[in-house]
Amino acid sequence: MSLLAIKDLSLSIGNTRILHKVGLDIQAGEIVAITGESGSGKSMTAMAVMGLLPRGSVAKGEIMLNGTDILQTTESDLCTMRGNMMGIVFQEPMTALNPVQTIGAQVAETILIHEKTTKANAHKRAAAMLERVGLSVPPSRYPHELSGGQRQRVVIAMAIALRPKLLIADEPTTALDVTTQARILDLLRDLVREFDMGLLLITHDLAVVADVADKIAVMQNGCVVESGATKHLFAHMQHPYTKALFAASAHTVSLPETPASSPILQVRNVARDYPISRKAFLGPRPKFRALHDISFQINAGERVGLVGESGCGKSTLTRAILGLEDVQEGQITLDGDPVFSDKRPNLAVRRKMQVVFQDPFSSFNPRHRVDRLITEPFHLLPSPPTGQARANAIAKALTDVGLSPADAGKYIHEFSGGQRQRIAIARALIIAPELIIFDEAVSALDVSVRAQVLDLIADLCRKRPLAYLFISHDLSVVRTVTDRVMVMQAGKIVEQGETETVFTQPQHPYTQTLIAAAPKLPDLGQRG
Amino acid sequence: MIRYALGRLTSLVISLIVASIVIFAVIEVIPGDPAAFMLGINARPDTIAALRAEMGLDQPLITRYLDWITGMLRGDFGQSWTYKTPVAELIADRIWVSLPLAIFALTLSTLVAFPAGIYAASRRGGAGDVTIMGATQLGVAIPNFWFAMILVLIFAINLRWFSAGGFPGWDNPLQAIKSLTLPAIALALPQAAILARVMRSSLLDMLGEDFIRTARAKGLSARQALWRHAVRNALIPVLTIIGLQFSFLLAGGIIIEQVFFLPGLGRLIFQSISARDLIVVESVVMLLVFTVIMVNFIVDLAYAAVDPRLRTKS
Repeated sequence: MSLLAIKDLSLSIGNTRILHKVGLDIQAGEIVAITGESGSGKSMTAMAVMGLLPRGSVAKGEIMLNGTDILQTTESDLCTMRGNMMGIVFQEPMTALNPVQTIGAQVAETILIHEKTTKANAHKRAAAMLERVGLSVPPSRYPHELSGGQRQRVVIAMAIALRPKLLIADEPTTALDVTTQARILDLLRDLVREFDMGLLLITHDLAVVADVADKIAVMQNGCVVESGATKHLFAHMQHPYTKALFAASAHTVSLPETPASSPILQVRNVARDYPISRKAFLGPRPKFRALHDISFQINAGERVGLVGESGCGKSTLTRAILGLEDVQEGQITLDGDPVFSDKRPNLAVRRKMQVVFQDPFSSFNPRHRVDRLITEPFHLLPSPPTGQARANAIAKALTDVGLSPADAGKYIHEFSGGQRQRIAIARALIIAPELIIFDEAVSALDVSVRAQVLDLIADLCRKRPLAYLFISHDLSVVRTVTDRVMVMQAGKIVEQGETETVFTQPQHPYTQTLIAAAPKLPDLGQRG
Repeated sequence: MIRYALGRLTSLVISLIVASIVIFAVIEVIPGDPAAFMLGINARPDTIAALRAEMGLDQPLITRYLDWITGMLRGDFGQSWTYKTPVAELIADRIWVSLPLAIFALTLSTLVAFPAGIYAASRRGGAGDVTIMGATQLGVAIPNFWFAMILVLIFAINLRWFSAGGFPGWDNPLQAIKSLTLPAIALALPQAAILARVMRSSLLDMLGEDFIRTARAKGLSARQALWRHAVRNALIPVLTIIGLQFSFLLAGGIIIEQVFFLPGLGRLIFQSISARDLIVVESVVMLLVFTVIMVNFIVDLAYAAVDPRLRTKS
C-alpha cells in the first residue's frame, strides 16, 4: 500500500476549477516531485493533503494517507494528524516563523501539542532536532537573528520534530541562494533516508527535480499531464507541455557579436560604507563596508553579467551605479561624467541609464495607465516630446517589446507578469539609454515567460547596440545573455572574464562552489 | 534592551525640550502683550505694567524661559492670575479627578475591546463579527456627551443607582469611584469601539501571515493558532492606539467633565482659557504634553516587550 495515494482529486473554489482529477502515489522513503508553472495547482495539491484548503473550496476524490482519507477526516482529527503524520515546509523562510517566539519554543510546540510531555523534555528534544537539521545557533534565538537558510532549517525541524511519515516541501529552496539550496536539498534527502519518510517536493525548478526526485508529476492548469520515474520521464517525454517546460528551462539565446567599442561606464576603486548601530550609547558609529575596491567597465553595446549570493553587495552596487547614493571611495562615471554630483544623482547621466527591476507586480503605480508609466523617464529629458512625437515614442517602445500600441491606454493590472516585465523594459527603452541595468529582471517569472523575455532582450540587442548590466542569482540565465561576467562575494569582485571561460574554467574557489552548487538539467543528448 | 530604552529616553527628553520651547513661544512670543491680553481691552496701563512686572515680562526672553522651566522642575508652576493661588495646587486638585477617570475609562475600553475584537476576528464574516462591527460603527458615531446624557437619564435619574454629577473627593473611595463610573463609561464607549476595530483588523492581518499557516501545519487548531501566535503579534498596532487614547482621555474629557460637573483638568483649562489666565494654560498644556510623551515612552517600552526584534536592533 502506498503511503500517500491521491485519486481523482478535483477542487474548485466558487466556479473556478483549481484541480482536475489529480492522481499521485508516494511510497515510504520516496521523493516525488510535482512541477509546473505558477497557477498549475502544485501548492493547492499540497494544501489539500495537509487538509488546509482555503475557505469555500470544494474537494472531490480521495486522498489516502496511511489508510485515512484526508477529505473525509474531521477538522479535529486533522489537527491530530498535522505535524504528527504529515508535516510541511513552505517557500518563504523569512515569514514562516513567528517573529516574537524563540526558535526553540516554536519547534517544541510541535511536540507539546501532540504529546503529553513536560515542557523541559519538549525543549530538550527540540534542541536535539535543531541540531539534527544542522543548525549551529542556540534554540534561544529569535527568527530575525537567523539567515534565510537557517530559518528554513528551523521550519524543517518543526515539520519533522515528531518524525511524520509524509513531509511536504513546497518550493523549499526557491527563496534561497544556490549554495544554501544545495545544502537544504542534501538535508531533505538525508532525512528521507534516515526517517524513511515520503517526501512530496513541489518546485518549479526542473533542475532541482532532476537532481533530487525519484518520481515526477508535471502539472498544468490543475491537471497532472505526465508522470513517471525521473530518469524515464526525462528520457521519454510524451506530453507537449513537458517538452515545452523542459525546453524553456534550458532555453538559450544567441546574442549578436559585441561591436568593438570604447568604455561607457567606468567604475574605479569604489568602496561603499554603511553606518551600523552604535556599540556603546552615544559612542562612534561603526561602519560596514558593503563594497570593497570595485573596479570594472562596460563598453558600448557590451552585455555584462553580475552574479553573487544575497548580501554580497549586488544591490548596493546597483544603487551606486544609478547614482542613488554616493560612494565613500573611488569614482563611477558614465561617458566621463560622474553619476553622482552635488549630493544628488546627476540627471545628465541618468537619462543615459535605465533600470528594470525584479518584481513586475509592485514596480508600477497601479493608478496610472501604461502610456504614463512608460513615459516616466521623459522627465529626465531637457525637452520631453509632446503630442504626436510622444504618441509615436510610446507606440514604438511598446512595439519594440512585442506589445501593441493600443495597450497604452490600459492599466497595469490588465497584464500578466511577463507582459508587465515587457512594459518595464519598454519604460527603460523609451529614452534610448546607453546602458540598462537588469536587476533580477527575470527571476520572478515562470520558465516559459522567462524564455520569451530573454528572447526579447536578445532581439533588442540585434536591433541596436544595447549595453546592459544583467544582475542575477541564476547562473544559467546569466550564462546565456551575457558576454562577460563578474562574480561578487562579500562586497568584492572575486572573478571576472568572458562568460563562457568563467563558466567552463572557473578560477576562484567561490566561483567553483557556485557553479558546482547550481542544480543542472540532465543532458538529454537529443531534445524532443 | 537597555540601549533601546536609553535611546527612547533620549528622544523623550528632546521631545520635552522642543515641546516646552514651542509652548513658551506660542504664549510669550506671539504678537501682543500677554499681560494686556490677560487683562482685556479696558485695562488701565498701570494695571498692565503691574502684571507685566509680576509675570516677569520685563526680563529677557531666555531668562524667562529658564525661570519657567526650572520653576516647573521644582514644582513651582507660578501663581494663577484669576484664582490667586499657586498653579501647582490647582493642578494637583484636578489631576486626582482626571487621571483616575482616564485610567478607569481606558481599562473599561480595553476590557471591552479586546474580547470583542478577538471574537470578531476569529469569526470573520459570521453573525458575531457582523454584530460586533455594527455595534462599533455605532459606538464611533455616537457623540460621547449625548451618550453621557442618556446614561444620566437612565442610571441617575430613573434608576437612581448613581449620582448625576459632582465629585465627593477621595475621602470616601467607594463614593469617588461610583461618581466616576458613568463618566468613565461615557468616555470609554467610542474608545472601545475604535480599539475593537483596530484589534480585529490587526488580528486579521496576522491571521493571513505565513507563520499562522506554519502553526496550523504543526497541528494547532485555528483557535490555538490565533491565541498562541496571532494575538501577541497583533498587539503592536493596538498598543499605539491605546497610547494615543490615554492622552486623549486625559485632556479630552472636557465635555464629559462639563456634563458630569467634575472638577478635572479639562474644566480647569477651559475656565483658564475663558478667563485668559495664560499662566495656568501654559502649565496645564505643558503637563499634558509631558503626560503624552511619557505615555508614548511607556508604549515604546511595551513594543520592545512584545517584539524581540526591537530589543536587539537599535
